[in-house]
Amino acid sequence: MTVADLAFYAFAIVTVAAALMVTLSRNPVHSVLWLILTFLSSAGLFVLLGAEFVAMLLIIVYVGAVAVLFLFVVMMLDIDFAELKGEMAKYMPLGLLVGVVIIMQLALGVGAWVQADGAMGLRGAVAPDPLQVENTRALGLLIYDKYLMLFQLSGLILLVAMIGAIVLTLRHRRDIKRQNVLHQMWRDPKKAMELVDVKPGQGL
Amino acid sequence: MTEFFQTGLGMAVLMAIQSLLIVGFVMISLLFLVYGDRKIWAAVQMRRGPNVVGPWGLLQSVADALKYVVKEIIVPAGADRAVFFLAPMVSFVLAILAWAVIPFNDGWVLANINVAILFVFAMSSLEVYGVIMGGWASNSKYPFLGSLRSAAQMISYEVSLGLIIIGIILSTGSMSFSAIVEAQRGNYGLLNWYWLPHLPMVVLFFVSALAETNRPPFDLPEAESELVAGFMVEYSSTPYLLFMAGEYIAVFLMCALMSLLFFGGWLSPIPGLPDGVLWMVGKMALFFFLFAMVKAIVPRYRYDQLMRIGWKVFLPMSLGWVVLVAFLAKFGVLGTFWARWAIGG
Repeated sequence: MTVADLAFYAFAIVTVAAALMVTLSRNPVHSVLWLILTFLSSAGLFVLLGAEFVAMLLIIVYVGAVAVLFLFVVMMLDIDFAELKGEMAKYMPLGLLVGVVIIMQLALGVGAWVQADGAMGLRGAVAPDPLQVENTRALGLLIYDKYLMLFQLSGLILLVAMIGAIVLTLRHRRDIKRQNVLHQMWRDPKKAMELVDVKPGQGL
Repeated sequence: MTEFFQTGLGMAVLMAIQSLLIVGFVMISLLFLVYGDRKIWAAVQMRRGPNVVGPWGLLQSVADALKYVVKEIIVPAGADRAVFFLAPMVSFVLAILAWAVIPFNDGWVLANINVAILFVFAMSSLEVYGVIMGGWASNSKYPFLGSLRSAAQMISYEVSLGLIIIGIILSTGSMSFSAIVEAQRGNYGLLNWYWLPHLPMVVLFFVSALAETNRPPFDLPEAESELVAGFMVEYSSTPYLLFMAGEYIAVFLMCALMSLLFFGGWLSPIPGLPDGVLWMVGKMALFFFLFAMVKAIVPRYRYDQLMRIGWKVFLPMSLGWVVLVAFLAKFGVLGTFWARWAIGG
């Protein structure tokens, strides 16, 4: 067993165990923290596959930004755990049913899965040889060269979603005082302050 | 002996020794950085600063560290114990971890991976978890408010840091630190370094680094007049020490990044003088001096001003700079001034 094998088993076990803990832990904040561990160890698996760029992106985007948002939202939640547990028992049969159906569908799908002739060849033809090109460059060539249009379109879809979210939540309140930052910055200290020589016993 | 280091066990031993060397270097410089920080601060305010323990007070930090270790650890009632103790460890370990890819000289690096700069960026983006976890697990209001502030601040400034780094990557055509430093080699010494073609971004990077590491004038998470000590209010003893050490190590890492990305790393500023590790360490010390001076001179920012600068000034500027550099490099304006990948990056 080489070091890479050892590392693989360590990362794989941690990934699965942490993913289990996401659903098993009582406290939602702990769930998010376990989820972060899952992300980190799957980034380790990506590194072992030789996809270090994807691994770093996974850490930066998912752990560094998305999971922080999750954590914010979950921390702000005001949850009564006892009540939640009571609710849980009510929905348990339905949840189990959905789970069983999904497992059956997956089993049917995977069981009937036949690989098409030349599928591996087709997949290999798209990607540059990983031994010759480092994978940042390889990904760049695929995204910005070969599939530029699709990449731009997906970016456009995200932009529309972003603008939609802003439009839905933006509301301009007129009844509050606003700061005019430029006005504040251009204030003249000479006009803002006056030095007065006060005579004793007289006052202003 | 050399055969032993080719085997699996030998490689592991070698890696362990190298890691210990780096951690040792970082920890020892940490002691003197804290001392230097206090001395510079004191000098600006015409005080003496630490001057009792050891000659010129040099051993003050050692004494302080010992004092922290032997103090009592207090855990607030109702705190989430596991997360409460995980938080300082996370911020300390992540701060150390980023040093694994920092080169000190040509080839003096623990892991010369080709996404090194992304690795450093990833580690510094994870550091926000120490803050959030610490604030939440304390189960107290001030730490929680402080941690929310701090997290928002760190995330905001990460964005502009990332964009500035993209400009450097565009110029170099590689994400490894040795390639970035080699691309700054030239006949004109310090005029070949990236600070000249990327001049506006040096200032932006420095300010963003201050905000990212929660240093004054952006030390709002621990604005003591409003939030006592921010997310660290409930921490005492070694956990507090770990938080503080992690913060200083992150600051020192930013100094290393400044010298690697913009100021030529281990390259000598004057043509003819030999390159070497001393230049790198000297540059890092110089930038730490600047960090300390800023702490002493600049008053603290208001929180809304901080967020405004981050999102409405720094982000558009750095984004525009990325686009500009992409054009300048692509069309080879001024020869290889911006497009260094042609000469060997």
